[in-house]
Amino acid sequence: MSAPAPILAIDRLRIEYPLADGGVLTAVEGATLSIAPGEIHALVGESGAGKTTIGNAVLGLLEKPGRIASGTIALDGQPFDPQKPGAVRLGRDIGAVFQDPMTSLNPLFTVESQIVETLRAHLPLDRAAARARALELLKAVGIPEPERRLSAYPHQLSGGQRQRVVIACALACEPRLLVADEPTTALDVSIQAQILDLLRGLADERGIGILLVTHNMGVVAQIADTVTIMHRGHIVESGPVAQVLRNPQADYAKALIGAVPRIDIRLDRFPMLDGANQAEAGAARDQLRAKALAVGDPSPGRDVPLLSVDDLCVDYGAGFLAGRGACAFRAVGGVSFEIRRGEVFGLVGESGCGKTTIANVVAGLRAPTGGTIRFDGQVIAGAEAAPRKGKARRAIQMIFQDPYSSLNARMRVGRILAEPILFYELARTRAEAEADVGLLIEAVGLPAEAAQRFPHAFSGGQRQRLSIARALGARPRLIVCDEPTSSLDVSVQAQILNLLKDLRDATGLTLLLISHDLAVIRQMCDRVAVMRAGRIVEMAAAETLFTAPQADYTRQLLSLVPTLERIRGEV
Amino acid sequence: MAASLSRRLRRVPLSVWLAGLLALAIIVAAALAPLIAPFDPTDLTSFNLIDAELPPRFSPDGDPRFLLGTDNQGRDLLSAMLYGARVSILIGGGAVMVAAVVGVGLGLIAGYFGGWVDAAIMRFGDVILSFPTILLALLVAGVARMLFPAASSAEWAPFILVGAIAIHEWVQYARTVRAATMVESARDYVRAVKVIGLPSRQIMLRHILPNVMGPVLVIATINLAAAVLTEATLSFLGVGMPPTYPSLGTLIRIGNEFVFSGVWWIALFPALLLVLLVLGVNIVGDWLRDLFNPKLRGRG
Amino acid sequence: MLALLIARLGQAVLVMLAVSAVAFGMFRFVGDPVSALSRENATVEEKQELREALGLERPVLVQYAGFLGRIVQGDFGISYRNQRPVAALIAERLPATLELVLVATVLSLALGIPLGVLCALKPDGIAARLVQAVSLIGISTPTFVTGIVLILTFAVTLGLLPSFGRGETVQIGPWSTGLLTLSGLKALILPSITLALYQLTLIMRLVRSELIDVLSSDYIRFARARGLSTRHIHFTLALRNALMPVITVTGLQIGSLIAFAIVTETVFQWPGMGLLFIQAVSFSDVPVMAAYLLFVGLLFVLINTAVDLLYALVDPRLRVRS
Repeated sequence: MSAPAPILAIDRLRIEYPLADGGVLTAVEGATLSIAPGEIHALVGESGAGKTTIGNAVLGLLEKPGRIASGTIALDGQPFDPQKPGAVRLGRDIGAVFQDPMTSLNPLFTVESQIVETLRAHLPLDRAAARARALELLKAVGIPEPERRLSAYPHQLSGGQRQRVVIACALACEPRLLVADEPTTALDVSIQAQILDLLRGLADERGIGILLVTHNMGVVAQIADTVTIMHRGHIVESGPVAQVLRNPQADYAKALIGAVPRIDIRLDRFPMLDGANQAEAGAARDQLRAKALAVGDPSPGRDVPLLSVDDLCVDYGAGFLAGRGACAFRAVGGVSFEIRRGEVFGLVGESGCGKTTIANVVAGLRAPTGGTIRFDGQVIAGAEAAPRKGKARRAIQMIFQDPYSSLNARMRVGRILAEPILFYELARTRAEAEADVGLLIEAVGLPAEAAQRFPHAFSGGQRQRLSIARALGARPRLIVCDEPTSSLDVSVQAQILNLLKDLRDATGLTLLLISHDLAVIRQMCDRVAVMRAGRIVEMAAAETLFTAPQADYTRQLLSLVPTLERIRGEV
Repeated sequence: MAASLSRRLRRVPLSVWLAGLLALAIIVAAALAPLIAPFDPTDLTSFNLIDAELPPRFSPDGDPRFLLGTDNQGRDLLSAMLYGARVSILIGGGAVMVAAVVGVGLGLIAGYFGGWVDAAIMRFGDVILSFPTILLALLVAGVARMLFPAASSAEWAPFILVGAIAIHEWVQYARTVRAATMVESARDYVRAVKVIGLPSRQIMLRHILPNVMGPVLVIATINLAAAVLTEATLSFLGVGMPPTYPSLGTLIRIGNEFVFSGVWWIALFPALLLVLLVLGVNIVGDWLRDLFNPKLRGRG
Repeated sequence: MLALLIARLGQAVLVMLAVSAVAFGMFRFVGDPVSALSRENATVEEKQELREALGLERPVLVQYAGFLGRIVQGDFGISYRNQRPVAALIAERLPATLELVLVATVLSLALGIPLGVLCALKPDGIAARLVQAVSLIGISTPTFVTGIVLILTFAVTLGLLPSFGRGETVQIGPWSTGLLTLSGLKALILPSITLALYQLTLIMRLVRSELIDVLSSDYIRFARARGLSTRHIHFTLALRNALMPVITVTGLQIGSLIAFAIVTETVFQWPGMGLLFIQAVSFSDVPVMAAYLLFVGLLFVLINTAVDLLYALVDPRLRVRS
């Protein structure tokens, strides 16, 4: 049996962006790929790889002034120029699904009107027929109570339902090809699993070809048939999913796949291609440790937990003058846990489960509604807590999710890092503080000149290193890490996680790691608490939790996470 | 960001350059009025009723002494305009400064602390804003004149005018700064210094303020134009600067009485100067606003 | 929806109380009502009698309550200047101002929205650039300068249109309208253009910036990806989103048009409330000032509340809560 004719064939595509200075930025170079009917073809890569650019080019939605410089795109064997209006009927021949279902639908129009207008733009249907077809579509994408949902406005639907409506719109006129750009990135794991199932079903049952643009290797493993890996505008490797993921040939593909955190076994470190800076950084870290000890933090017996959280409750919107319509919402209800000295404690759960609220309370950014938090035996939050000052405040520091907002853009890095040192009077003179800053920068693996520059000169990963350095500057004993790597590319994530591990080993820090990513938790944590709707549903040593989960919710989560280990077609 | 800002600064359009230079030229000329004006319009001995309502020099009946003609009292119109522009700019600038300082301060406090402090400041601002600038300014200026007869004198009128204009304008700064402060407060660099435990005053002034100043600059520029217009309107309506110490608005008010008798220059030349000044400032302000608008970024 | 209505009405009452307090304060503390109302050569005894008759000896709060009571009954006192009831003066002047403001609002919306759409859809076209440039001149020109220039051109030089007054009016019940006579309509042209011009530029610029924002949003991108026609996307989808804030601003604009009418009415000697007010300011006629303030305050509050409710009706996010 010969291979069926491809629905989409891209041949040696080159996409350029003319620059203001007359030069040209090549976003995609020599990209060739094809998609057969019923095939899900994943296009993966890190940010800036050019994967979204290819998706937009197929749709003719390249951002100005981008242009296709050479190469061809063919639909069903017919080459077309997507930039020419009418060359391909968007919505009829090609459907599109974008990342954020919150913003893809027009808030002022009902679901029905948005689907019907799509149908009637392409098909000779009257209103009643279009409405009947819209109802069928909603059923096909698995929306509960489709009759009622037809008259709903987008804000009345949940995120998952909205993405289903978006998919229904894209499918309305039965296109042969669907371009899905990060269709599940904005969704929680359980919703993601449902949407992925839906896409897989569409490919299998209707023979639709799907170009799936994603950064998530787990998603690729779960639903794609073929995968193309891109790096800086070039395709580095392409082939059947199992073959590429199990046995990558290109160096970059190996590194990228190696950097994906695994959920089945725990590794000491993430494999890295480069091992530079290790020696110097090691020396700097030893000094840091010595300095931390010199501040005179006592290290009493191991039996007292460093942090103990007891029956913590946090309500939102329950204040006087909170505004109309605001009613108290319990973000965290009756949570208790302990963190032991030197361990990495993980809090994991889906969005809205209350994990970030706990991070804020522990770091002193928010007062709890009820319960107490003890640090080293001393009450630091709760009814009888003393105001958090001096040593008690210094001992707990925090690193944040978004590296682009965590450093003040108008201050030099040196001043940002010196601020906690000077504020806590950890250095006697400004010169001494500067020396400390140098040490910190070295310890997180950046060059010493970094102190003289502004944050915008650094990449996301480098900024996250600086953020860690700032936290270390206070010589803390506990660092709260709130989703420290979830806005980073996977290879950078691996570096930052390695850095956190190394620092922990070198300085004896204790970490509270908050994440939605079970694989990251698995790789980093000694003990883990799983949260759902403001409560802890399960707490156990990481090994136990991942190998023998007790709570149903934990088991469900673990089964839904798309991972590299479970590749479609393999058993 | 700073790098791209400087790159964009280098791509300032010609119209903005011209507008900026025009506004600057008027401001400099006004500032140097005592040095460059041919006459001193505040000096009662320097003009004579015999010279009243002389047309500009380039018209058939023009008098070579007076380039733009004279007003109803025989004052040289050009000199009166230069001095008038000086008064207008000083009052407009003063109002912008008072409004900006008050508004930025209150906006920072409201946005940073939230809760009832925020509610109190912003509700008060809402009430103020539910009245148009011109009505509120008229009321303040009118009431002030009734309470203190001295308020209409040349010495006190400028301060009354600054207050009357600023009482409305501060709300705009407060709203913008409050919104920006709330955004910045939720950003991680502010959370980071809160975790460190820096005192609120230091966080507000050292960390948040520099990050919210961009929009303030834009508003201040656009408001300078608006404040100059409001002052002119008040003076035109007769509750602003007295005719003995006229601003541009007062000059137009005087000229308006003579428009029907064909004496057009007394109203028209000051009006032209006013429009050019405000237009120049507005074009620069408009461009600045687009420059700072993140939604328009990257559109070239 | 009901909660929103109650909240808005509560806020409206609060604003009106604040306004009435200011009006009362002017009445009570600005100028001296006794010397304003008594004869030139009144004796001390006569003045004292008047003080008591006016209730000026009672506690301030009682006086304020009495003031509120009188206002609710429509009694705004007697004008110092022409010794007539203020309520009658306002009722006489109201139609002139409202007709002027109405025509100006219609003008500014009818021209402002299409021009704004033009500038947003073809931002680099010659027409759009021209409109943009003219609009900058528009917001830089004070209302009174526009008025003077129009008078100089069309009344003084060309002699086409009248430069002051309302022309002939027709009395319909208590309402005197200038819309039904030719001279009334001619008299309306210059003042309404003057008043509309500034608002027109504001609305045009707002529509332009809103539409540009909406056109770069994800849901418009998704609409393109669904293959909808450009016309449909621009005029049915995007314009509706872009016009939402225009509702709010137009409401506020009507309020400030009433205030800006003060200037227009002064330039054109238009016998409306604004002219009444500015004359009251220059003669320190406190009862007229206070009444005008109250009246305009009430109009604003009514318009703002109506706009908020209208907005809630139009925007499904506020209309229906799931």
